[in-house]
Amino acid sequence: MTDVLHQKLNSLALPQSKEGATRMSEVRNVDRVVIRFAGDSGDGMQLTGDRFTSDTAQLGNDFSTLPNFPAEIRAPQGTVAGVSSFQVHFADFDIRTPGDRPDVLVTMNPAALMANLHDLPRGAVILADTADFTTRNLAKVGYSSNPLEDGSLDAYEVHAFDLTGLAVGAVAGFGLGRKDAGRTKNMFALGLLTWLYSRPAQGTLDFLARKFAGKPAIRDANVAAFKAGYAFGETTEVFTARYQIAPAPMPQGTYRQITGNTALAYGLMAGAAKAGLQLFLGAYPITPASDVLHILSRAKDHGVITLQAEDEIAAVGIALGASYAGALGVTSTSGPGMALKMETISLAVMLELPLVICDVQRAGPATGMPTKTEQADLLQAVYGRHGEAPLPVIAAQSPGDCFDAAVEAVRVALTYRTPVILLSDGYLGNGAEPWAVPNLDDLPAIDPGFVTEPPAEGPFLPYARDARLARPLAVPGTPGLEHRIGGIEKAAGTGNVSYDPDNHEHMVRLRQAKIDGIADELPPLVVEDPSGHAKVLVVGWGSTYGPISAAARRVRLSGRAVATVHLRHLNPLPSDLGAILRAYDRVIVPEMNLGQLATMLRAKYLVDCESYSRVRGLPISLSELAEDLIAIIDEKTHIAEKEGR
Amino acid sequence: MTTTSPGLAGVPLALTPLNRKDFTSDQEVRWCPGCGDYAVLAAFQGLMPQLGIRRENTVIVSGIGCSSRFPYYVDSYGMHSIHGRAPAIATGVATARPDLAVWVITGDGDALSIGGNHLIHSLRRNVNITIMLFNNRIYGLTKGQYSPTSELGKVTKSTPSGSVDHPFNPISLALGAEASFVARTIDSDRAHLTEVLTAAIGHRGASLVEIYQNCPIFNDDAFLELKGPKAPGVIRLVHGQPVTFGTDGAQSVVRRPDGTFGVVDTADADPAQVVVHDAHAADPTPAFGLSRLTDTGVLQQAPIGIFRQVERPSFDDQIRDQVRMPEPQERLSALQGLISGSDTWTVG
Repeated sequence: MTDVLHQKLNSLALPQSKEGATRMSEVRNVDRVVIRFAGDSGDGMQLTGDRFTSDTAQLGNDFSTLPNFPAEIRAPQGTVAGVSSFQVHFADFDIRTPGDRPDVLVTMNPAALMANLHDLPRGAVILADTADFTTRNLAKVGYSSNPLEDGSLDAYEVHAFDLTGLAVGAVAGFGLGRKDAGRTKNMFALGLLTWLYSRPAQGTLDFLARKFAGKPAIRDANVAAFKAGYAFGETTEVFTARYQIAPAPMPQGTYRQITGNTALAYGLMAGAAKAGLQLFLGAYPITPASDVLHILSRAKDHGVITLQAEDEIAAVGIALGASYAGALGVTSTSGPGMALKMETISLAVMLELPLVICDVQRAGPATGMPTKTEQADLLQAVYGRHGEAPLPVIAAQSPGDCFDAAVEAVRVALTYRTPVILLSDGYLGNGAEPWAVPNLDDLPAIDPGFVTEPPAEGPFLPYARDARLARPLAVPGTPGLEHRIGGIEKAAGTGNVSYDPDNHEHMVRLRQAKIDGIADELPPLVVEDPSGHAKVLVVGWGSTYGPISAAARRVRLSGRAVATVHLRHLNPLPSDLGAILRAYDRVIVPEMNLGQLATMLRAKYLVDCESYSRVRGLPISLSELAEDLIAIIDEKTHIAEKEGR
Repeated sequence: MTTTSPGLAGVPLALTPLNRKDFTSDQEVRWCPGCGDYAVLAAFQGLMPQLGIRRENTVIVSGIGCSSRFPYYVDSYGMHSIHGRAPAIATGVATARPDLAVWVITGDGDALSIGGNHLIHSLRRNVNITIMLFNNRIYGLTKGQYSPTSELGKVTKSTPSGSVDHPFNPISLALGAEASFVARTIDSDRAHLTEVLTAAIGHRGASLVEIYQNCPIFNDDAFLELKGPKAPGVIRLVHGQPVTFGTDGAQSVVRRPDGTFGVVDTADADPAQVVVHDAHAADPTPAFGLSRLTDTGVLQQAPIGIFRQVERPSFDDQIRDQVRMPEPQERLSALQGLISGSDTWTVG
C-alpha cells in the first residue's frame, strides 16, 4: 500500500446522504440513543466505542459512556466470559448516565449476543456480524440453533450482515493477511454506525492516520473498511432511516471528552501547580486505577515524578516520604491496595503530613471483580485504620468531576496537613463525558505555608497549632528548624515522644477536632427540590450522582416531588446535613454497596435513613431507581392521605 | 558549594565547621546499658561533622525496633516511621530532593523480615540512600524472639525447642539484589565503623552497611568471637589486598579449583590461589563468595569491610533527569494546554 494510494483514498469524499446522493434516506430526529458495541475481547470494541464517542462529542451531544470488559486480557475466544462491550448514551439534552438498556446492540459474535440480549428492550435494534455465527461458535455458548434465523429475536429489529466478509472485501488489495483483513470489521461497523447516526467521520479518519502512521497498509485498510461501512449504510436498502441527534444545550465554554482517571490525574496536577509544589506519585499497578499512573507518567515535562513501587505499601511510603521532603505526595490504588496501605496512612495521620490517597474502587472483597465498579470502600476509607485515625474523605461524582474532587483533596491535604482519601470508582475512572475545560487561572491558589524561619524566640514547635488546628511544616533543608517526627505519640507542641496519659487523650481529641473542623469551611449543601414540596429525600455520594439525578428528573416529570442532595465530603460530613435529613419524611440512600453511607448517617444523626443497595458491579439502573422512588413517594402520599395529612 | 564525594553531590556544605554536639539532640538516649547502639550513635555523631555538609540537609529515616529510635538522638531532620518501611519512605525523600543526605536506620527484623521487600528493591533500584542495618540477630524491642538472622537451633521465647528457621546472610542477600555498595562492620570497632560508614555515605546509589551489634539483654556476646583488634575470626577485607586473617595472617582465603572460596593455612597456601580482594569487580560473584565465609551458626568467623563498591547510575538521578519542571510562570499555561487536549469543541 503506497502513500499515494492513501492520499487518493483520503481525497475520496464520503458519500453524502443529502442532495445528490445515491439514495435518499429519511432522516429522523431523536433526542437520545443508547448504543452498545459488544464483541470478543480481541474485536476492538473499546476502541470502536471510544471513536464513536469522540465523533459524538464533536457534534456537541451530551454523552456518557460505560466500558465493560473482562479482567482477562484475552479470555477464551467466543465465550461469554470473553465478551467486551462499550456502551455510549448520547442526547440533545443534559444526560447523567450511560443508559440502562441499549436501543442498539452491535454484536460481533454469538457470545456477545447471549451476554447482552437480556438488557435489550423489545424493539431494540440488533446489528449482528453473521461471520462468527457458525455452528461451532453457536454451540460454544449453548445455542442449538442460530438465533438470527430461528425467530427467537422476532421481538427485535434484527439486521444481520456478514460485516467481516464485507470488510475483508473492502480491504482486498491492501496486501493484508486474512486475519488482519478480518480485524478491520470493527471499523466497517463503526463506519456503518457513523452513517446511521449522522456522525462526522473526519475525527476517525484523522485518528487512524495517527494511530497507524507507522503501518501504512494497516492504516489504509482500516480507512477503507470504515469508508466501506459508511457507504454500505448509504447504499443498502435495509435501513429505512438514519438518525440525527441535535447538539445538547450546554453552558458556554470549551469542551473535551474526558474519563474520570484522566480528570483525576489532571486535578492532582492542577492542585500541585496551584500550590507551587512538585507532584510526586508513588503507585503500584492495579485495575482500575493504573491509568492514573500512566497519565501522570507521561507528564514529566510538567514536573511530575512518578515511581512504580515494588508494592502498594512501598507506593504510599514513597509518597509519604516525598511529602515529608516538601513535594505533594500522592498514591493511587483500588480497594485491595487500600487495605495494604492503611498502616502507612495511619502514620501520615500521626505525622500530620499532607498526602492524597486515590482509591478508584472496584468490586470486592479480595480480588472480587477488578474491572467492575462498586462503592464498597467507603467504610474502609472513613474508619479502616487502627487507633483513632480520622482523615478527610472526598468523593467524585462524575468523570469530569474527578478533576474538581482532586483539586479539593489537594487543598484539604495541604491546608490541614493531613492525608486525604479521594474516592473514585471503576465506572467514573473509565467512563467518559463532555467536560468544560476549566481555566486554571480561575482556580484559587493553595498555600502550603511551609515554615522557613526559626521563631523569634524559643524553640521551633512542630506540633503547635494554627486556627485550623493544623501544625507548622518545616521541610528538611530548612536551617534552624531541625526536628524529629515519628509514629510514637507526640507531646503537644514539641512533638517529642510522649507516653503521658493526659497528653494522649489530648492528642487523640485534637486530631479528631482538626478533621471535624474541616466541615466549618465547607460551602452549604445544595438540595435539589424544584417544587419545594418533596417529602422524600434521596442522599447520594460518588458515582451514583448520575443515576440519582436522572431518576429524580424522571420522577419529577411524572408529576411527583423528590429532593436530592449529593455529598462531596464523606468525612467530615457537612455541618448542615443533619438538619436537611430531618426535614424530610423519608430519606433514601442509594449506594453500590450494602448501605455504608446509610449506616454512617443513621449512626451520626439518628435519622431512619433507608438503604437502597445494588451491588452488581454496574452503575445503579436509573429506570429501576426511578420506578422504586415513585413507588416510595406514592406509598408516602398514600399513608399521608390515610392519616389525613 | 557541595562536596566532592559522589554520594553527597548536590548536598550543600556547612558554612561553618560543625562538631559532634551539633548532631546531638536534646533527647535522653534510652537504650539498655551496654547496648551496641551507643557505639554506633557515637561513631555516627563523630563522622557527620567530618562530612562538611549542612546539618539541616541530613535526613534520617528509621523503621521500628530498638535501633530505629536513632533519629530522635540526632539533631537533624528525622522520621521514626513504621515497621519495615523506612527504605520506601527514604526512597521518596531521596528522589524528591537531591540536596539531602538520606540515611536509613533499620535492624535485622525490620529490614530482613517485615521490610524485606523494600530492602531488596531499594538496593536493586540503587536509590541514593545509606542503609545502616543493625544486626543483633534477635528481636529486642519485642523482648527476645528469634530474628531472620538468628542461628538454627536458637532457643528464644518463640522457639523454646530451638529455631528451625534458616537464617539470612544479609550480605549475600544484598549482593543477590545487585546492590552497588555492600559492607559489614561491627559495633566494637569504632575506627572500622567510621571508615565504612564514611565510605557508604560517599557512595552514590544505595549503600548497605550491616553492623554487627551486641544486644546485652537478649543475645549477649553473639559477636564475642569477633570482638577486639586481634579477634582471630575476623576476616578484614581490604581492596587490592590478599584476604588473610588470624594471628599473623595464619589463614588465607583461596579460590578452590571448583570456583568456591575456602580457608587454608597460609603456610600451605599456593600464593596464586589466595584471593586478592577486588571490591570494584563488576561481577558480584567474588564478593558473594566472600560473603559465604560467614558462619551461619554461632559466629566464630566473618568477613568485615567493603564487599562490593561499584559505580551504577542511581535511580533518583535518572528519574530526575527525565523530569523537567517548567518555570512557575509557564507551568500553568503548559498545564492548561495539556488538560485542554487536542480534541475540543466550543459551545456559545
